[in-house]
This record gives sequence, C-alpha cells and structure tokens, in this order.
Amino acid sequence: MRRTVLAVALATGVALSATSTLAQTIKVGVINTYSGPQASLGDQIDKGIQLYLKKNEGSLPAGVKIELVRRDDTGPNPEVAIRLAQELIVREKVQFITGVVWTPVAAALAKVVDQAKVPLVLANASAAMLPTLSPWVTRMSLSMWHAGYPLGQWAARNGLGRVYTAVSDYTPGHDSEQAFTKGYVDNGGVIAGSVRMPLQNPDFVPFLQRIKDAKPDAVFAFLPAGRQATAFMKAFGDLGLSSAGIKLIGTGDIVTDEELPNMGQTPLGVITAFHYSAAADRPENKEFVAAWKQEFGPTSTPNYMSVGGWDAMGAIVEAIKAQNGKVTAEKSLELLRNWKNAASPRGPVSIDPSTGDIVQNVYIRRTEMRDGALANIEFETFPQVKDPWKELNKKK
Amino acid sequence: MATDGTVRPSLAGAEVVSASLARHRFRPLEGLVWLAMLAGYWLWPEYRPLGSQIFIMCLFVLSLDIVVGYAGIVTLGHAAFFGVGAYTAGLTAIHLSNEPFLGLLTAAVAAGLVGILSGLIVLRTTGLTLMMLTLAIVFVLHEAANKLGSVTGGSDGLQGVTVAPILGLWSLDFFGQTAYIYTGAVLFLGWLFARILVGSPFGRSIVGIRENLVRMRAIGSPVRLRLLVVYGISATMAGIAGALLTQTTQFVSLSAITFTRSGEALIMLILGGVGRLYGAFVGAPIYMLMQDALAKYNPVFWTFWIGLMLVLTVMFARNGVLGLVDSVLAWRRRAA
Repeated sequence: MRRTVLAVALATGVALSATSTLAQTIKVGVINTYSGPQASLGDQIDKGIQLYLKKNEGSLPAGVKIELVRRDDTGPNPEVAIRLAQELIVREKVQFITGVVWTPVAAALAKVVDQAKVPLVLANASAAMLPTLSPWVTRMSLSMWHAGYPLGQWAARNGLGRVYTAVSDYTPGHDSEQAFTKGYVDNGGVIAGSVRMPLQNPDFVPFLQRIKDAKPDAVFAFLPAGRQATAFMKAFGDLGLSSAGIKLIGTGDIVTDEELPNMGQTPLGVITAFHYSAAADRPENKEFVAAWKQEFGPTSTPNYMSVGGWDAMGAIVEAIKAQNGKVTAEKSLELLRNWKNAASPRGPVSIDPSTGDIVQNVYIRRTEMRDGALANIEFETFPQVKDPWKELNKKK
Repeated sequence: MATDGTVRPSLAGAEVVSASLARHRFRPLEGLVWLAMLAGYWLWPEYRPLGSQIFIMCLFVLSLDIVVGYAGIVTLGHAAFFGVGAYTAGLTAIHLSNEPFLGLLTAAVAAGLVGILSGLIVLRTTGLTLMMLTLAIVFVLHEAANKLGSVTGGSDGLQGVTVAPILGLWSLDFFGQTAYIYTGAVLFLGWLFARILVGSPFGRSIVGIRENLVRMRAIGSPVRLRLLVVYGISATMAGIAGALLTQTTQFVSLSAITFTRSGEALIMLILGGVGRLYGAFVGAPIYMLMQDALAKYNPVFWTFWIGLMLVLTVMFARNGVLGLVDSVLAWRRRAA
C-alpha cells in the first residue's frame, strides 16, 4: 500500500509541482561544476546566475521567491549529473534546471528532462546538436559553429591567405576546425594545413614549429579556454611566429577576458570571433561589468560563461514573471523558447523557437591595449547569427 | 579437487580443513547486507537512482578487490576495463540490439579480452612498474576513445543508447526503480561468484601467490597463468559494472575511462577494507553517500571533508572500516 502511494506520489510529483497554483517559492536547480580542476568554469556561471538574481529579485511578482538548489557534477561526469537531475526533480521538485558546463552532461540531461518534462536552460555546453536532443532544452550560450563559421567568412572576405588550423584534439576542437574550414573554404579561402594537438598536458612547441616551417599567412586556433590557451599563446610568442608575420586568429576561447592578464604581450593584434567581450562599449555591458566588479571585486572579470549564466537566469526569471508566479512546465517552456532580450550584455539575443538555440550577434574583435590592459575590442558585427551548423544541415 | 596450488592439510591440519569449510558457509550477517539493500528500495524510494549507482560502484570495487586484495596486484588502471565494458555495452545497444543482457555479455567478453591481453604485458612486472603500466593502459584507452570520435562520440559522449525493457517487462525509467533492482541483482550474482571464487582452491592459491610467490613457484603452481586468469576474471567483472552504468544512464562519456575513476575505486576499497570481499560493500556506500550529503551541504568545498576522512582512515584505520570493526571486536573480547 505504502509502496503504491509512494509510486503514485513520485510519478505525479513532477506534474504536481508543475501545476501548483500557490504563488510561493519556485525552485531552480543548478547543475554545475563546483569542484575539481574545472571548477573555475562553473564558478563563472554560478556568479552570473547569482548576480542576475540579486539584481532582479525585486522585480518578481509579490510573494514569489526563487530558491537556487545548487549541485556539483564534479566535471564532465554525465552519470553524476543524471542522478542529480533525478534528485532535483523528484526530491526537490525544481521547476527549471540550469547551469551545465559540459556537452556530455547536457546531452545526458536532455534525456532526463525529456522524460520528466522540466525545462533545461543551458548556460554553457556548446556542441551544435544539443538543442535538437529534446524540445525541453533551450540554450543561452553558443554553438561551436557560432564563432568558427563567421570567422571563416570574415577571413575569406579580408583575404587572409593561406591559413593553418591548429585545434585541441577533442570534439569541440574538431567542431571548430570544421566550422572555420567550412566558412573559409566555401568563401574562397585556402587551408595550408591542419593539426590537432593533444588535450592532455600538451607541449605546443613542436606543433607551432611545424606550422612556422609551413610559412602560412595566418593560424586559426581553438583551445579550451583557460590555462591551455595561455600556454599556447606564450609558445606562439616565444617561437617568434608573430615576428615572422604569421597572424593569429581564433574563436574567443583563446583570449577569454579573464585570462588576458596572464598572457603577456603576444595577444596584441590577435583577431577572434565571439559573442561576448567584457570590453564591449554597449551600455548594458558597462552596467553588467560594473555590477560584477562591485559584487565580486575589482580584479574579477566576467567572461562569456558569466553572461551565459546571467542570461539563463534572466530567461527563467522572465518566464516566472510572465506567469505571475503560477508556473506550469508547458507554459514555461513556451516562454523560454520565445525568449528575447534586447538588452543582454552581449547585445540583442533571442531564442529561435524552431530550434531552441540562441540567436545572437557574433563580433569580430581585435585584442588591443586599452587603459593599460589587454582587451578584446569589437570592430565588426555579424548580426543575429543562427547556429550555422543547423542552418547548413537544414538546407541539405 | 585439491589442485597443486592449495596448501594440503598436514597431520595436525584438521583445524585448517574445518576453517576452510567454514569459509564456504554463509553467515547470517551476510544475509543482512542483502536484506538492507532490499529494504532500502522501500525505505528511501527517492534515493533509488543513487542506490543503483552505489551498486554499480560496489561491483566495480569488488572486482578491484579481487586483484588488489586477493591477488596482491596493485593496479591503478582498473577503469580501463570499466570503460571498455561501458563503451561496448553502448555500442552493442546502438548497432546490434538493445537487449540489456546481450549488452552485459558483449561488455563482459570485451573487457575480459582486454584484461587478458593487457595482463600479458602488465603481469610480467611487479610493484611500481606494474602500477605505471596499468596507468598507461587507462591513458591509452582514454585517448583512443577520445580520438575515435566517429565511433565513440569523443568528448561529447556516445549518443543514442537505448535499453530494451529487462526480460521484456521492466523498462529502465527515470525514477530508478528498475535500475535499483537490476543493478542489485547483477551485484548479487557478482558477489556470489566472487565469494565462491575466493573460497575455491583456485582462490586460495591466488592468496598463496600474494603471500609467498617464491614458495608457490617452488611447489609447482603456475603462478603467471593463475594471475592472468584472475586478472581476466576481474576485468570481466569490471566490464559488467561499466555496462550497467551505460544501461542505467543510457549514455557513455569519456569519464567512464579515466584514471580518476580507478583512483576513486581504490579509495573506496581502502576505506572499506582491502581483501575482505565486503570492503566494497562498505567503502563504496560510505564514500558515495558522504559525497552526496556533503556536496549538498556545500557544493564547492565538499572534497575537503572527503580528503580529511581519507587522511583519518589511513592514519587510524589502516585496514579500513571493516578492519576497525575487527580490532574493536578483538579488543572487547580481550577486555571481557
């Protein structure tokens, strides 16, 4: 008897929580990487989420409160994340799940939320196919193709010549290599060669020496944001590729805002494509960065993950407000899939209702010295880019 | 069947014989473990998903105990077999059939084969060299899985794994009830097998090799073959654990095949008690429940408490929790 009762309670738990009509505390599950070597990534997202909530809590309907239930997936560990999601949904009765640094975690969670009918709002995780896995998934970050493909188009238009691609040897690296190559070659560019560098403890010198010997006009690089990109940048400068006249271009990952101070002078003049730069002049961004520095200290700099967290929380808060606190899963999903924000720190963004993926400006930036520090200065805009991968595969 | 590996009872060896027989007898305490597991199903229905993951780790740690605890092969590379099992089960489900038992079978065979093949190289060495080699095998296989993106999905993970209902009746749903029973049942069979194995003459000869390699050689025991067989058996078991993980999460990622996983399993084993068969059943739940509780309390700093617990274990409970229980019991007996 007890068992049946429990089973029924469990089976309906999700539905119940979704239809509860009392204006009360709404729980939002955050599955994020809080421990281990990659904790700094999760930290950026977490701060973005918290900052948004802090700044906008007051705008919630009277009597409605948001409670964040934070859980640590310990890194790209889908089995842990799946368990946490089950727990968040069944035990904590969360009505949204957000966070998610890693693609494998997002892919695994897509299955869970598809069964449980809980909206999953990705604040990072950038494999192109993710939002196609379930209608319950929306993405507020980017697709790997968002940066690589427009950069290829830009490079071809500006006659960058023979480009050598150098990417980390794992799936996001493969994706950005393909994206750039597609954008570049389809528009008349020439690839001089390509190399994939190991992800674990790489020594970049032999790869860069080989590239230098091939004498390309430019190098396209993708590495996981953080220490690796910094090491690559240092080796690029030390081996004298810049002084040999070889340009460096890449996705924004190689010059993330918070790593720039660690990179020395090499990034000067590096051209990257990305959807967010902390140095952008938009008033929304200035306000965002100022609020960030006030909250987390003047040495802390937000990066694209922080903005992912900020916008993910923003979309959730908007969905709750639009329903006046009486949240149902279906309505939330509909609102999320039609979410628009003209005033995101990264410029106007919206969700493409047909794919659940983000539509955003992609900026071409040059790394320059500004106020005594390196900064990524946007100088050209690809307005409102839909994920090129899905667009290209749709046409086929 | 007294194989040449067993220590033959001497004239005064009646006690040895009865002790050996006692090893085969099931004690009521052992039933308690399984009753607790069954009771857990009803007592904490919301924890069934965690329960099934604990069972999977139990099976994996148990397989590790066979090589580390019984055969004395200190390996850091057991996750290699876990990962091979996980990927094999996933690929079987995608390309062949999503029948769960077939997945377990192919995973077992593949992991066993990799175990035997790597054992051929690894078991030629001992001590530090052996540890380094086992470590190398995890790294090589991890990198292979990363590189073969078209087969394994690389770092994005293997998509599209589905699992047919078990015995055509129970599907692995999101609330984890089927998973709990399914993984629990496989763990039970694994435990039964391991128990018979370590109590068998073959198992005793493995312990003999651990205790005194030279003497075992001298009495004509085929040492290397024995070790290879036990290594293969353990790899098979680890592969089955990996397959269970794939089937319950319907996803495989590179994290299945990392050194971290080997290390964690070793920590659980040391925590529970090495070479005791039940070390796995104590260490894995303690570790995972603590992780669950601590990470909930503070998602950022929980690793500190796990670390502290390990330091304390190594300092004050060298033989793990079970060893601690033993010494307390012995102390009370002496005091009485």
